[in-house]
Amino acid sequence: MLRIECPWCGVRNEDEFSYGGDAAVDRPSDEGSPDEWYDYVYTRNNSAGKHTEHWQHVNGCRAWVIVVRDTVTHKIYSTVPASPNLPTGKAGVDQT
Amino acid sequence: MTQKFRTTDGGLIDRNRPISFTFDGKSYQGYEGDTLASALLANGVHLLGRSFKYHRPRGILAAGSEEPNAMVELRTGARKEPNTRATTIELFDGLVAKSQNCWPSLSFDIMAINNLFSPLLSAGFYYKTFMWPVSFWTNVYEHIIRRAAGLGTAPTEADPDHYEQCHEHCDVLVVGAGPAGLMAAQAAADKGARVIIADEHVLLGGSLNSEDLTVSGKPGNDWAAAQVAKLSAMDNVHIFTRTTVFGYYDHNTVAAIEKVSDHVAVPAPGKPRQRMWIFYPKQVVIAAGATERPLIFGNNDIPGIMLAAAVRTYTNQYGVKPGSRAIVVTNNSDAYRTAIDLHGAGVTVVAVVDSRTHPDAPLAAELASLSIELITGKTVGAAGGGQRVAYALLVSTQGDTEEPQRIDCDLIASSGGWNPNLHLHSQSGAKPVYNEAIFSFVPGQSRQAEVCVGAANGSFGLQECLDQGLAAGAEAAKLAGFKGKNKKPPKAGDDGDYSIEALWISPTPYNKSYKQFVDQQNDVKVSDVNLAAQEGYDSVELLKRYTTQGMATDQGKTSNVNALAILAGQRGEPIPDVGITTFRPPYVPVAMGVFAGHTVGHEFMPVRHTAIHDWNKKQGAVFIEAGLWLRARYYPQSPSDTMTDCYIRETNNTRNNVAMIDVSTLGKIDIQGPDAAEFLNRLYINNWLKLPIGKVRYGVMLREDGMVFDDGTTSRLGENHYFMTTTTANAAPVLSHMEYYHQTVWPDLDVVFCSVTEQWTGIAVAGPNSRKLLKKVIDIDLDNAAFPFMAVGECHMNKIPARLFRISFSGELAYEVNVPADYGEQAWLELLEAGKEMGVAPYGTEPLGTMRIEKGHVAGSELDGRTTALDLGLEGLSNRSKHFIGKHNSARPAMLAEGRLQVVGLKSLEPGRNLRVGAHLVDDKVTLESVSQSQGHVSATTFSPSLGCSIALGLLKDGTARHGEQIDAVFPLDDEKIRVEICHPVFIDPKGELVRA
Repeated sequence: MLRIECPWCGVRNEDEFSYGGDAAVDRPSDEGSPDEWYDYVYTRNNSAGKHTEHWQHVNGCRAWVIVVRDTVTHKIYSTVPASPNLPTGKAGVDQT
Repeated sequence: MTQKFRTTDGGLIDRNRPISFTFDGKSYQGYEGDTLASALLANGVHLLGRSFKYHRPRGILAAGSEEPNAMVELRTGARKEPNTRATTIELFDGLVAKSQNCWPSLSFDIMAINNLFSPLLSAGFYYKTFMWPVSFWTNVYEHIIRRAAGLGTAPTEADPDHYEQCHEHCDVLVVGAGPAGLMAAQAAADKGARVIIADEHVLLGGSLNSEDLTVSGKPGNDWAAAQVAKLSAMDNVHIFTRTTVFGYYDHNTVAAIEKVSDHVAVPAPGKPRQRMWIFYPKQVVIAAGATERPLIFGNNDIPGIMLAAAVRTYTNQYGVKPGSRAIVVTNNSDAYRTAIDLHGAGVTVVAVVDSRTHPDAPLAAELASLSIELITGKTVGAAGGGQRVAYALLVSTQGDTEEPQRIDCDLIASSGGWNPNLHLHSQSGAKPVYNEAIFSFVPGQSRQAEVCVGAANGSFGLQECLDQGLAAGAEAAKLAGFKGKNKKPPKAGDDGDYSIEALWISPTPYNKSYKQFVDQQNDVKVSDVNLAAQEGYDSVELLKRYTTQGMATDQGKTSNVNALAILAGQRGEPIPDVGITTFRPPYVPVAMGVFAGHTVGHEFMPVRHTAIHDWNKKQGAVFIEAGLWLRARYYPQSPSDTMTDCYIRETNNTRNNVAMIDVSTLGKIDIQGPDAAEFLNRLYINNWLKLPIGKVRYGVMLREDGMVFDDGTTSRLGENHYFMTTTTANAAPVLSHMEYYHQTVWPDLDVVFCSVTEQWTGIAVAGPNSRKLLKKVIDIDLDNAAFPFMAVGECHMNKIPARLFRISFSGELAYEVNVPADYGEQAWLELLEAGKEMGVAPYGTEPLGTMRIEKGHVAGSELDGRTTALDLGLEGLSNRSKHFIGKHNSARPAMLAEGRLQVVGLKSLEPGRNLRVGAHLVDDKVTLESVSQSQGHVSATTFSPSLGCSIALGLLKDGTARHGEQIDAVFPLDDEKIRVEICHPVFIDPKGELVRA
């Protein structure tokens, strides 16, 4: 069971969250080429090690967060708000 | 009732509390404190079952959860539990147990003939034998394998008991309450840490209860009892008995099973049978002990051949003499204690056979003082006997060229050394390492906040266990943030030093061959391991799967290290190079029920009711599940009313008159803010910037890959105020989708939104008389000019504040009234009352489906995640001059290519024959056998009351261009083939005149 520290709600079990995919990919602009849009949807690094990913605290405060997780050990290095506009009162949580 | 093999005194059983039980229909007696295994042994019962493959007689090998053989069917009827280890069942009054895998009886078992044919049943037997011909698989082989496979039989009735799941946090979790665990718990608790200590047994103390040991000058079990009493009195200590920690998971979460009621015949009222605990400890001290491994020799599976430490447990803890004439065979110093303890209990110990040539001098002297013969440099090469061991054949460890020495006995206590219990350590992600001193694996570097102590750490001496436990408990508390001085450990009585020389396989007596069992539960022999290695399955992972070594319910607790040592011997490599398989949870078998907990039957998922639910129920509506919601499907008017009768009647009443349906389950999202329109513009394929206040628009959303995600209407209620509806099924995913884009992609958009699905009751009023009905109750002008198609307005329905939408799913003149959910039922009743004179009636989701098919509205069965807006005929709505989600990928060449499945209408050309959902669309050259050439499928069907025939929507290759053609709809499961005409998906009112009337 992963334990994810929501910046608003504190440490919660993984089953309160839902996974939302790779947070390191940049969404192209409307002028982006078809290849860029293809890569955005389909091309992923299957990295062994640190991975930046989106999770939503879907059964909690519903905020989207950015989690840096090690895909080998499942160690979570940090969990920060995905939106810059949602104040937490602290600058994210260091879980190391 | 006699217990012939019970000692007159000693042990931790209560001789004043006899307990009656039956095994294979015969009554026996034991005492409180017994396990089923110890009580059977006290009655001289050694034969408990037949083995998995060869149906060989099997008895009791061990005294705990590592037992591979002594499995019984416990209890009867719905509570019957197969493959239960007799060594872990606490005896209770009225216990009923039955032997397994034997027919017609345990002592005479027909399948034992497999024993004679065993050369045919070697490793990989199934893979090699049941390969061809292919047609034999389902017809012949499967039946043979199914009948021969498995041990006990599962109960056929539903489990009457209930199970719980609980969560608990602590600073320090101590696994195991032996000497190391008790010290660890004490040390951590003394510093003020919140401590949980969990142990499989009801009697805590571990080896202190089963061995003749002393601590602080007191008998070990007395010291343990005092220690437990001390811990029990502390507020910061929570002791879990009968609780096996079975899994170590990510982020230091640990799962355990508490057997709350397994020691009684039936759980007390209100008590669960078992309880699963999820522990969230900051630190874990693993004091899980060690498991003895047996020596491997010929016929080493005969009942009466037991682990040396198990023999001590039965003798010391249960006051049982597991035999009358015993041989102890060992490669280490530890088993000497078995001879000494047996002798003390009055059992004749014929000899201690030590494969080492230089045994420990003090132990040799102690045996001499008890007149027990010590034979060194030899071992048991094979045992003999039928359903109970009768003799041992001794061989030199160098191998013999002459007849072996035969010693008669009825008990062989065997010890091949000790393996630390590394299951939890390995599950935590750590890699065990091989230790040459004890010829076994010991903990490697920790990967999570855990530490192994005592025997689980490969330290078998009692003083070491106490010292390590204390130090680890204190350190764990410190790491969890607690300060305080460390105390001194108590002094253990001398229990000798552990010494061992490896002996993995005993030489077989001269000129003979025997079955030498490694994994007794899965009947894996030394020859199977060797054969697997010879055939190339020589890595531990392959060996395991090819021979099934370690894959039985005991997970190879007594056999895995032996097996990989034998494999290493075959490969001619050192053991560490061969490696060890990864340990997987659960450590012990765990009932499925405990994983389900309370979430069974109707508790599996929550059920959602709309405000109209009670009324619907009173009407006798038939319900259908829509996600978590229950929706009225149709409304029977008499007991003989079929679903077809109902949906035709309800459809006709809508088309010809006026009818109402509860649509509260649609997802509803309130959206506000200056950028709300821009947000919608990016979410939907169509344009939202110019939607006037008071207007509704139908919108389509795509996923980023270009497929249609959801559809629904969104209304503009005010300058910066919008109201979105989603399909029932996608209400939650659409909200998450919007939150994702708002928070991660476009945080600059000034917009807020939230779900208001539960806050509003939605009632659709549809049919040519709907305006007439609503005019009676609604306080705004409903004339077509004032309130045209796709208008929205705030109003009152009688006195209830309401929103009115002029939208239609049925294709008729229709409105949707939304009222605050608290007024939902009242609004419904007032509408029914107002429409009474017109004959208004409710309609369910079944006629709703009929009418949407007639109208060609796509829904879930067409929005299947593989269709684009173009496929669905919705591309006309899109505005490609602006940006929207999925715009770019919906324009990829493959999305526009020929050959895609597109929505079409289908009409049955065979009167009286109804189309089926899932039928394949094929041209007439295709036979029922060759539907692989499918050109599409039927996605939704109904009998159309308006058209008087069976119609359908389907997804057909290039369907849009094929209106007017004919094709076959085939359903091979029922040998069905129906000729259909392809047509436009909108069957009625294609110009939409009715909705605008």
